Amino acid sequence: MIISNCRRIVGGTGEGKTLVTMQPINFLAMVNAKTGTITDPLHELHDKSLKGSVLILPYAIGSSVGAYAIYSLKEYGNAPSAVVCSKVDITTASGCALAEIPVVDLPDGTPISILKQGLKARVEADARRIVVEFS
Amino acid sequence: MELARDEEKALDGKYDEALASAYRILVAIGEATDAQKLVPVKWAHISGVNYNTIGDGGMRFLEKFSTTAKVAVKTTINPMGYDRSKPEDISPSFQERQENIASSYERMGATASFTCTPYEVFDLPQKGTAVSFAESNAAVFSNSLLGLKTNKESALSALASSVTGKTPLSDLRLEEARSPKISIETDFDFRTELDYGLLGYFAGKSVKDSCVALNSISRLDTIQAKALCAAIGTSGSCGMFTFGGKSKEKILFGKKEAQSVMDELSTADDADIITLGSPQLGMNELGLLAKLTEFKKFTKRCIVFCSRAIYNDAIKIGLASKIEKSGADFRCDSCTCLTPYVTKDKYDAVITNSVKGAYYLSKSNKVKVALKDIKTIAEEYTQ
Repeated sequence: MIISNCRRIVGGTGEGKTLVTMQPINFLAMVNAKTGTITDPLHELHDKSLKGSVLILPYAIGSSVGAYAIYSLKEYGNAPSAVVCSKVDITTASGCALAEIPVVDLPDGTPISILKQGLKARVEADARRIVVEFS
Repeated sequence: MELARDEEKALDGKYDEALASAYRILVAIGEATDAQKLVPVKWAHISGVNYNTIGDGGMRFLEKFSTTAKVAVKTTINPMGYDRSKPEDISPSFQERQENIASSYERMGATASFTCTPYEVFDLPQKGTAVSFAESNAAVFSNSLLGLKTNKESALSALASSVTGKTPLSDLRLEEARSPKISIETDFDFRTELDYGLLGYFAGKSVKDSCVALNSISRLDTIQAKALCAAIGTSGSCGMFTFGGKSKEKILFGKKEAQSVMDELSTADDADIITLGSPQLGMNELGLLAKLTEFKKFTKRCIVFCSRAIYNDAIKIGLASKIEKSGADFRCDSCTCLTPYVTKDKYDAVITNSVKGAYYLSKSNKVKVALKDIKTIAEEYTQ
């Protein structure tokens, strides 16, 4: 499956297994950069690792410092390979810009549920598309 | 987004790498928010000062960034982790890393304000002035009550605006986004600042737009306003509220909804320590606290967080010593959020009146929280 006409937010290409959530993420409060995992027991990705994933989320919420949490994930080698949002926020855009993690928004009206968990995917931000390979 | 020639050159690294990374950040935000161009800002307020928030990764980044980056506009900064005059048992390694971060910001030319309430500490620019405030309570307060224009910036977007003097023209910087589409209705009378905090948390969580209308609220005192703005900024992406407005969609915040936010955030009935100040307390709140605790002593440890500037003013008029007589203990330059003064190994739970404080104490410091309004705290824990 190829999802084209995505919005390019931060350029570049990244691939990995899809990690999908319908719930927003607070990168400061819910993510441990040193382990790369989601630490909030109330979040549906609790204990899941972001490392090397294609992270698909609606958008980030909460603290403005979340941008540094994204940068720190990269510093510790635990960052997602690429990020896909339904409507990207300033925290995610700026954190990923500094960490050089490709980011795209899904085309308007495309639900997150179109992407399934754990599939191999490649985000080609400059070509504005996501290539999902079924295995 | 269209860039001017000198902006393009800066982005391409023709000047230096720090400025290039600042422009990379602005361009990404510009793409994210559909901006057509960059516009000047007059004031940047940066978050990401407390070592507990940005860690070693952030510290190392700022160390390098600040070797060449210099502020282009007035720049103030958020609280750091601790009060230098009261290091208590804050570890030497925390202090060392915290000082490293503080020096990086000072090297850039930022004012060492260490406050999350810049609107209570500094002279305010004229209505309509473009600023870039990363501290979310300050962004919501400034947009909603002071007529300033800022997006709900990230730590990095405000940093980028500080060194470039620019920001993408988008979202709450344009009139369209400042007209709310959704309003929150209430069906009960608010008694305390905590009720406003619960409303703010609910509003931020329920509304995905940048601006929300709050019906049935017509005016706010400073304490209520700060509780409301901090809570809106905590739970979502909303960066502004209006008093009422012509919105089509309405959402009810009734007693049931208020209780459900309480159930989520208030996880203990009692605790061994009280923290006040998220946002840092201002003169009005210190005055109220002094009144509520006059001739009384706290029965539990109570930490009061405020900015150095407010504390110094409170000393001058005798307010600080009144509060200290009650046994409450000031910590300047720092605040409740991600404070190293409250750790899980020292405390199981914390009493606070701040919804924002409750959120971070529970999610980041991993302690339980008993949420109570300030009058109840003074009644129950002083004698």
